[in-house]
Amino acid sequence: MRVSMDIELKDTPGQLLCALTPISELRGNLKSIVHHHEERTPRGTIPVQLVFEAEPDNLDAIIEKLEKNGIGISRVDEKRLIEEGAVILIGHIVHTDIQDTIDSIDRTGYAEVVDISLSMPHINTTSSASLKICAVGIKELHEAISILKDVAEKKDLLVVEPIRAEFS
Amino acid sequence: MKVIRASIIGFGSVGQGVAQVFLQKKEEIQKKGFDLKVIAVADSKSAAIDENGLDLEKILKSKKENGRVGTETLSGLEVIKNVEHEVVIETTPTDIETGGVGLDNMLTAFGKGMDVVTSNKGPLALKYGELAKAAQKNNAKFRFEATVGGAMPAINLIRDTIAGNSIISIEGILNGTCNYILTRMREEHASYEQMLAESQELGIAETDPTYDVEGIDAACKLVILANYVFGMKATYHDVDVKGITKITPEALSLAQSEGYVIKQIGEVKDGYIRTSPRLVPESHPLAVGGTLNVVSVQTDLAGTVTSTGRGAGSIETASAILSDLISIYRED
Repeated sequence: MRVSMDIELKDTPGQLLCALTPISELRGNLKSIVHHHEERTPRGTIPVQLVFEAEPDNLDAIIEKLEKNGIGISRVDEKRLIEEGAVILIGHIVHTDIQDTIDSIDRTGYAEVVDISLSMPHINTTSSASLKICAVGIKELHEAISILKDVAEKKDLLVVEPIRAEFS
Repeated sequence: MKVIRASIIGFGSVGQGVAQVFLQKKEEIQKKGFDLKVIAVADSKSAAIDENGLDLEKILKSKKENGRVGTETLSGLEVIKNVEHEVVIETTPTDIETGGVGLDNMLTAFGKGMDVVTSNKGPLALKYGELAKAAQKNNAKFRFEATVGGAMPAINLIRDTIAGNSIISIEGILNGTCNYILTRMREEHASYEQMLAESQELGIAETDPTYDVEGIDAACKLVILANYVFGMKATYHDVDVKGITKITPEALSLAQSEGYVIKQIGEVKDGYIRTSPRLVPESHPLAVGGTLNVVSVQTDLAGTVTSTGRGAGSIETASAILSDLISIYRED
């Protein structure tokens, strides 16, 4: 899960360390940090924006530790599905139970189909669809596409997936 | 100057291209420190032999006018067995079921300690290990740049130019016919059948296009790369193959609206070989159009190195054969 957080630090030495230690202690992976030292909030504190990845279960503990260290938290945004990938499906997509195809991804719990565009040019010709899949991580996105390929194989659908470089 | 005696076994489009290139590049070859003398040419019906060197212009003319290279009735294999020379240029047609005459030709040449330069994929896609062993045992050179992607440097790029790097994976477009059809389908929003017909009319696709469009040709090239680069013992039966015949113009449009093109991409990684239609970002180095081939090699030191060029054509393939010959015999 990706977390974006606005925090406020007192203008005394060692404050930034107090803010970052709880994150690293709970195996959070810091992605970016913007430290506005010249700015001040109305409360006279320094605003800092953090983005980090963490296990969803650890977020509450991180917040608790930050508050214990006297760090003010003014905003927390969580984004669970952080990796996105597109795939194209070709074949009799609707007639082979499109709901079941989508469910095979959605029921994983770690990936979801978030968008689908369908093109059905004529009756009795094959349809094409582009699916957007979001997942909690890159590994899970690969797994979701692999599940989709298994389902597609059984339904005689062709899956056109991105090249490997897209994922690295 | 050192004289290298060569035979050209197989005188179809590639063999004739080789003869034309030899005529055109005679001086350039000499500048590399050796003289190349073609002492025998064989096609499927006839042979021409002259120990003092054949007049290639005359042979090309004879092939064009009579459909034969000469009056001798020796087979290519008999030429290899009976005529003294240093290098066999093996350009017989690819036979993916048995390896065809090419396999016998190459093994016999190695057995006599002769070097082999080839454009023939069949024997390598089926028996690379046996061939490489036979070459090594007889201290013979074995070069096959022309088997993978015609004029596009792939094998020699990995062997020489980025030597010392560990290769992590290889991916690329290894069939110009598929690339042409997919490129044109996208441009014209036309069906696969329409663009196959166009490419057949232009001579880009064969009358029976199965070998190209079902991914078999690309699979053979991937096997050659897998065996040579990664030391795998694969044959083309080990490749996970999906062709382009099911691709629709709608799929190409949908891909385009997401910023992708669809390309027939071959891939070797972690012992797994596959070729299938894939989504490639429009601005990615692999997104080359027309009949171009491209190969992207992921390495430990150099990062990703990409090479692109013409994957077929008689002169283009002859270019790869010439570069192999020069790399073996050069003394400059």
